[in-house]
Order: sequence, then C-alpha cells, then structure tokens
Amino acid sequence: MSTASRLLMSALSLLALMLVWQVAAWWAASPLLPGPAAVLAAMMRAAEGGALQRNIAITLARVAASFIIAMLLGSAIGIALGRSPRLNELLGPWVIVLLNLPALVIIILCYVWFGLTEAAAITAVSINKIPNVAVTMREGAAALSRDLDEMARVYRLGRWKLLRHVTLPQLVPFFTASARSGLALTWKIVLVVELLGRSNGVGFELQTAFQMFDVALVLAYALAFTAVVQLIEIGLLQPWERRVNRWRR
Amino acid sequence: MSAIGIHIMGKQFPARAGAPAREIFRDFRLDVAAGEFLVLLGASGLGKTTLLNIIAGLDAEYRGAIRFAGAPPRIAYAFQSPRLLPWRTVLENVALVLPSGTEGQEAARAMLADVGLAELADAYPERLSLGQQRRVALARAFVMRPDLLLMDEPFVSLDTASARRLRDLLRRLIIQHPATVLFVTHDSREAAALASRIVRLEGTPVHIARDVRVELGVTERGSPARLQAFLSDAGLAEPEALSGGA
Ligand SMILES: Nc1ncnc2c1ncn2[C@@H]1O[C@H](COP(=O)(O)OP(=O)(O)OP(=O)(O)O)[C@@H](O)[C@H]1O
Ligand SMILES: [Mg+2]
Repeated sequence: MSTASRLLMSALSLLALMLVWQVAAWWAASPLLPGPAAVLAAMMRAAEGGALQRNIAITLARVAASFIIAMLLGSAIGIALGRSPRLNELLGPWVIVLLNLPALVIIILCYVWFGLTEAAAITAVSINKIPNVAVTMREGAAALSRDLDEMARVYRLGRWKLLRHVTLPQLVPFFTASARSGLALTWKIVLVVELLGRSNGVGFELQTAFQMFDVALVLAYALAFTAVVQLIEIGLLQPWERRVNRWRR
Repeated sequence: MSAIGIHIMGKQFPARAGAPAREIFRDFRLDVAAGEFLVLLGASGLGKTTLLNIIAGLDAEYRGAIRFAGAPPRIAYAFQSPRLLPWRTVLENVALVLPSGTEGQEAARAMLADVGLAELADAYPERLSLGQQRRVALARAFVMRPDLLLMDEPFVSLDTASARRLRDLLRRLIIQHPATVLFVTHDSREAAALASRIVRLEGTPVHIARDVRVELGVTERGSPARLQAFLSDAGLAEPEALSGGA
C-alpha cells in the first residue's frame, strides 16, 4: 500500500470512530459523555488563556527529561550487563525486581523519600523506565558480533572507531525498540506522577477536571496531548529510525 | 617486513555440546622468512583458519608462542568470510582501517578502483554479491599497506577472470610494498601461481607433510601446463583437483 492510501485509511478509520462517539453521545444525552463538538469547545476554551499549551509543554518537558535520563542510564546498565556475564549474574535479579515493581509504588516511594519536588517526579518516571531499557539493551549487547569484533582487533581500530562504527550500529535496533516503547510508557507514567504530586502539567489538570466531573475537559486534555505525542512519534522518531536503517536491503 | 617464528606446543578445542574435544596442534613449528609468500594447503577442517587466528593474535587459548622479528608487524587479515560493516558504505568500510581524513578517503577510492569496484563505492555491502564483498574485504586488507598479510581462501567464489585479476593485483601490491604473506587455499594450481613456498598440512594433530620452495618465473606461472608439471614433480598434484573437488 502506498503512503497516501495508508493515510487515507487511517483518516477514514478515525472518522468512523468520531461517528461512533457522536452517536453514543446523542444516545446517552448526558454531560458525562460529551460529543466531539463539546470536547472541541472545551479544548478551545482551555487553549484561549494558554493553559492547555502551557500544561502540555510542562508535561512534555518532564517526559523529555525522564526519557533521556532513562535511555542513558538504562543503556549504560544494559550494555554493562550484556558484556559481563559475572555482573549480569550479580545484578540481573535486581533488574527483574525493579521491572516487576508497580509504577505506583516507585512513585509513592520517591515522593515520600525526596519530597513533592520536580526532581522526585522525574526520578520516579526514570526509575520506572530504566529496567525496560536495560533489559532490551542487555539483549543487544550480548548479541554483538564476534566476527566484527575480531576484524576491529586485527585492524587496530581503536576505542572510538570501534564504538562508533562497530558497536553502536549493532545496538541501534535495540535502542530504537526501547525508545519506541519507552516514549509510550513514559508519557503515561508522567501523568500519574503529576496527578499525585505536582501542581501543574496535564496530569494535574486532568485531576482538577475529574474533581469537577468536567468530562469534556478531561477528554480535551487527553486528546490534545495524545495528538502531540503522535506528532513527535511520526515527525521525530520514525524519520530517525528510517535514517539509521537505510543500509538494510 | 617480518620474519615469524611459529611454535604451537598445544592447541585444542574443548568438547562442546555433542562435538568431542579436538587436538588441532601439538608441537607444531613453522618458520616464515621475511618477504616470503607462503601458501598453506590442507583439507577442510584441518586447522588452517585456527592457525591464522593464532598468528593474528585473535586466539590466545593455546600453549606456545608466535615470535615476530623486530617491531610488531602491521597485520591485515582477509578473513574466510568478508566481515564488512553492513551499515557503512563500501568506501567507508575500506577507509575504516586508515587514519580518518581526505587522504584516507582518496587511498580507499583508488584501491576500490584497483579491485574493480569504483562505481560501487557508495553502495552498502548487503547489496553486493558475495564475490564483490570479497573484493571489498581485499581492498580493505591491501589499502593499509601491511607488513604481514593473512589471507584465508580469499579468491573463492570469484570467476576465473576476477581471480586472475586479483592475483595480479596482489603480486603488484607486494612489489610496491613488500610484505610477508600467509595464504590459505585448497587450490594447488593457485598455490603454485603465487607462492614462493608451499606447505601442505595433514593430520590431526596437524603436521607438515610437504614443504616446497617454488622458483618459477613470471611466464611459467602464467602457464597452466607448466604449473601442473611443477605440482606433479613436487608431489603436490591432487587427484581430487581433476574431479573438480574443493
Ligand atoms: N571455536 C571453535 N570451537 C570448537 N571447535 C572449533 C572451533 N573453531 C574450529 N573448530 C574446529 O577445529 C577444526 C579446525 O577448524 P579450522 O576452521 O581451523 O579449519 P580449516 O582448516 O580452516 O577448514 P576450512 O578449510 O574448511 O576452512 C575443525 O574441526 C573445527 O570443527
Ligand atoms: Mg578455514
């Protein structure tokens, strides 16, 4: 299928979803299930004073900060574990424990120990994401090609060339995989973190709207934020993936 | 230039999932003179690649020593498989072994032209045929002007014309920049065409069955009949070569 026809299909599919939503709203005829028009109106109202944009920007900044920290630390830990079987035996179980700790527990502990601060919020989100990244990157680091490593040794490539031309390119597929699932996970957890301990951001606004049973505002924030995240995915992540994969047949 | 003293007291591969332990070398000695073109002949699975890996310093799990006269040589190794970086272009793969900079790029480009791949410089290796990938690997080995050149069946899967062209190129390069060459092949005709010395390996553990000096002129090396005669005289003609084996 061509890109154009794929886009058309997606648009049609989304349109159908809107239609179903509209019909359901008519049928329910309740402020608890507002239709697309009401949600759009709520979105405009929130955007008028700049509150919508500001809160989305704040939340995105938190997503970006914790995402970058988690990718860096998670990759470093994962690569170290993948390269050293000894280290993996020692610390592998820790990663599993962390991986299975509910996100909520980590968030609560961070707020309890570090206070209701920005640092605590970002730490909580990062810690939630680090074990996922570490596990994926460990798999990549353990599967590095011996053949290419030997080639690099014979030709005395040196540390920097080895890293840049031999090692990192082999880890790229694993890095993109964890970045992709990472973004999806991070922005969901950021909302919870904001709801529990921040006084701004999309998560905080959702909580306020919830307390007032303003479902239209909840949906307005949710849709606007999802759209922004999708744009980042399509506009940033996917082109980058295509670029690093251009050598594939 | 380097002379190499090879003494492998013991080399074995431990038993692993199904495969029994194998002793490849026991008290194996081979001295290679500086500037020698030594061709190693031997059956498949004998230990030729293992020997090159030990000399290249890739396999340290053996008892014995490899001694180089003088400073450690610059080693280039054309592996049995091309071992190119699939995510780098052909040109980048060749330039990789040179110091970064335009000078290296130019040298790499010139070497690619020499192996007949100038127009594929910007392609990615996975889009090349195996024979073309082999030539890229050879360009990478040649371009760094090595003192010691290890080549593990470098010309298999090439048609006769390309193989002959690359043999000529190899001879030319060695004249320009003298090097000691260790060259593994199954093809005794190829061995006679290139070598200054042919060593035939046999058995488990490996021993040297034949060690022959090759003193043929350029014209003789170009004549298949003359090469065949030399091989039969030296006791290196293979009956299986006639039936197209290896
Ligand atoms: N990493 C390894 N672990 C266990 N056994 C090995 C290993 N590498 C090689 N061997 C065994 O050692 C023997 C020699 O292998 P080697 O690759 O040196 O043979 P070769 O002479 O190069 O053969 P060919 O001409 O087919 O390339 C073979 O029997 C092989 O099974
Ligand atoms: Mg071999």
